[in-house]
Amino acid sequence: MSFSLTVNGATHEVDVDDDIPLLWVLRDVLGLTGTKFGCGVALCGACTVHLDGVAVRSCVLPARAVSGRAITTIEAVGETPQGRAVQAAWLELDVIQCGYCQSGQIMSATSLLAHTPKPSDADIDASMSGNVCRCGTYKRIRAAIHRAAEGRAE
Amino acid sequence: MTGTQLDSPGRRGFLRTSAALGGGLVLTLVLPSAMRSSWADPAAPAFAPNAFIRIDRQGLVTLVMPMVEMGQGTYTSLPMLLAEELEVDLDQVRLEHAPASDALYGNAILHVQSTGLSSSVRAFWTPLRQAGAAARMLLIEAAAKQWRVDPATCKARHGVVSDASGKRQLSYGALAEAAARLPIPPSNSIVLKDPKDFTLIGTPARRLDTAGKVNGQAKFGIDAIVPGMKVATLAQSPVFGGKVKSLDEKAALAVKGVHQVVRLEDVVAVVADHMGAARKGLAAAAVQWDEGEHANVGHEDIVRQLVEASSKPGVVARNDGDAQKALASASQRLDAIYEVPFLAHAAMEPMNCTVHVRKDGCDLWVGTQAPTLTQGLVAQVTGLPPASVQIHNHYIGGGFGRRLEADGSVLAARIALHVDGPVKIVWSREEDIQHDMYRPHYYDRISAGLDAGGKPVAWTHRIAGSSVIARYLPFLYKDGYDFDAVEGAAEPPYAIPNIHVDYVRVEPPGIPTAFWRGVGVTHNVFVVESFLDELAHAAKQDPVAYRKALLGKNPRALGVLTLAAEKAGWGAPLPKGRGRGVSLQFGFGSYLAQVAEVDVAADGTVRVHRLVCAIDCGLVVNPDTIAAQMEGGSLFGLTAALFGSITLRNGRVEQSNFHDYRPIRMNETPLIETHIVKSAEAPGGIGEAATAIVAPSVTNAIFAVTGKRIRTLPIQATSLAAS
Repeated sequence: MSFSLTVNGATHEVDVDDDIPLLWVLRDVLGLTGTKFGCGVALCGACTVHLDGVAVRSCVLPARAVSGRAITTIEAVGETPQGRAVQAAWLELDVIQCGYCQSGQIMSATSLLAHTPKPSDADIDASMSGNVCRCGTYKRIRAAIHRAAEGRAE
Repeated sequence: MTGTQLDSPGRRGFLRTSAALGGGLVLTLVLPSAMRSSWADPAAPAFAPNAFIRIDRQGLVTLVMPMVEMGQGTYTSLPMLLAEELEVDLDQVRLEHAPASDALYGNAILHVQSTGLSSSVRAFWTPLRQAGAAARMLLIEAAAKQWRVDPATCKARHGVVSDASGKRQLSYGALAEAAARLPIPPSNSIVLKDPKDFTLIGTPARRLDTAGKVNGQAKFGIDAIVPGMKVATLAQSPVFGGKVKSLDEKAALAVKGVHQVVRLEDVVAVVADHMGAARKGLAAAAVQWDEGEHANVGHEDIVRQLVEASSKPGVVARNDGDAQKALASASQRLDAIYEVPFLAHAAMEPMNCTVHVRKDGCDLWVGTQAPTLTQGLVAQVTGLPPASVQIHNHYIGGGFGRRLEADGSVLAARIALHVDGPVKIVWSREEDIQHDMYRPHYYDRISAGLDAGGKPVAWTHRIAGSSVIARYLPFLYKDGYDFDAVEGAAEPPYAIPNIHVDYVRVEPPGIPTAFWRGVGVTHNVFVVESFLDELAHAAKQDPVAYRKALLGKNPRALGVLTLAAEKAGWGAPLPKGRGRGVSLQFGFGSYLAQVAEVDVAADGTVRVHRLVCAIDCGLVVNPDTIAAQMEGGSLFGLTAALFGSITLRNGRVEQSNFHDYRPIRMNETPLIETHIVKSAEAPGGIGEAATAIVAPSVTNAIFAVTGKRIRTLPIQATSLAAS
């Protein structure tokens, strides 16, 4: 039985088994490859998307379970003010190295700012420590979140 | 606009002629005129004076990147070299991944098209500036001809040529076709800019690869989408060398979306509409394995083999004076054994490769550090000529040496031979960690003798471990000598009169080895710098002062050490329970010193608060990239020092994902500072330097706090717990 998924404002009919994680529907069925596969068990955050504005790990979230909810991916996060500010701060401070984890980092950071507009370092640690970066860009991610929060990067 | 013709004989698809061009062409830029063929292809670029630059009639400048971007910033630094001499702005250029070609894109240091050993800027420093300058000279000449003036009176800036008065101007796009008809200047006539005239090199230019990395548009290998493509995942024997015994193909095929099960001797792949179905199908297949001869190999077997092999002399890498004699007559002698574990690369992008094998050819969409190696090996397994194997390179989601290996592409091609149409093969994280090719486990025996004043007069160091060079670059492996395995050990920066360094090659059973970020230096600098610290302690001297006294003949090393110590406030009081450690290295053509500030909790947990890096990497191309690599390299090495270990039990890698092969995270990240020494020396590499140096600066700081010497990595908190 197919079901509908609302991704970045568009509705798609999807026909996959009930237990198939959202990540694979986004990447392989809908072709939205900005959301990345890193670990498959919610340990690294590369697959982070927003579900009704809140950061979730799409690699362990069955797609059918989120039918009817608003899913936002990295491809559309720039349509929100926080997402735009985060993307701009990321570029301004040249946060990125390989870039593979950064979709997830940006989705987590945007969700953080949407709920905590002026995060402390402790807030950043709490929200961002689930997102792994093997290139080691954490220092710049922290600085860019503060920069985005100050609104200077918009 | 006189002098331009649509059917310019110079308009050519330069890249298409590449197969006919001999090696060395690119590096010397001697382009035989016969090779400037008269392609009448309207799609060909207007002006392509060499393999790196294409300029079309609209002035769009395309720079072809010989080395691949995997985070190290090469897609910014290499364009800076080209753009500096070509006289274009970075926002005027567009980048393209190079196709596979050693002849056109070979790395002068590694002799093949290979992104490794922190060599991109070092290898392409001169060739790319020459390529840019040659193109600029041709464009200026084309304008001068049109204006009937001396080219020497014209100048180029921002993609525009101006005459002496500045009144007449022609854009590169307008000049492209005319420039294409001019003879390429011989390499000895190419004039490079004086470094004092650089406007781009040395500036903190913004990265060119990141716009698409903030909005999901950048394409990594794993993001390749080819029409008609299926998605597959695979399982290999959990014991290296094992074979497939049985599987439940029916159960796999019963999963919705699964199309096919490919069973080869050593691998099972499930081909499906999407990765979700492929993973579910593979689980349902419940593959059973014949584990083979390595089924009983354990960690203790690996260590025992190293202990035994290292008891005998190895191949001599350095022998100055008479170290044994000096050791025997020294007033104080120190002996130690150091050991570092196997390490996985664990790049964020799991191994993957998209392949389409046809009767007449094969296409691969993959992120690779070694396109030509991949092309050759895939040609072998598919039975196709290498020229029929097209490598479409991509951004790499972290390489760290893993993508120097072609095993993933070869396996993908072997599977794809049995699949009708293109197939994207993606490894699970567990496969990625358990079927990596690992940084070797090394075992080092090291001794030193001090004179009455505490100065080292004798030094012996025996390194035992796998030789990656012998397998990967066999033509550079001579009579048991592996330059990589001893790098950072054979030539420590210190003046020691009697020194003997040897290497024993030991290939472990049932586990493959490979290059890992920082290569031989990572292991050796940990040993050398930790042991140097032991000597300073035995001599009752300050670790910085002790090192400085041995660096009289090494001003660049002394320079970075002095700067790091000064910036770190070496010697200034610290809160109780906190200590500083220092280390120094020469590697990849760069000098680096680092001071770590660390505390150790009562339960032994190590917290690194601050890392101060001072680097002399010669002439700086992009200072911000250097800072980024000091930050990233340090954290990569710190992850390994604190947590990294791959171990075998019953022939199987025990670790499987980020819970038991743990990366450092945001909340554990120290402050990292970078201080760059101004230098006019040739550029050195920076992508791996900080990875190599961080372990000893941290373990030396731990010693300063606890008095406990860490000689085996990773650091074990339990061994540091207050008793």
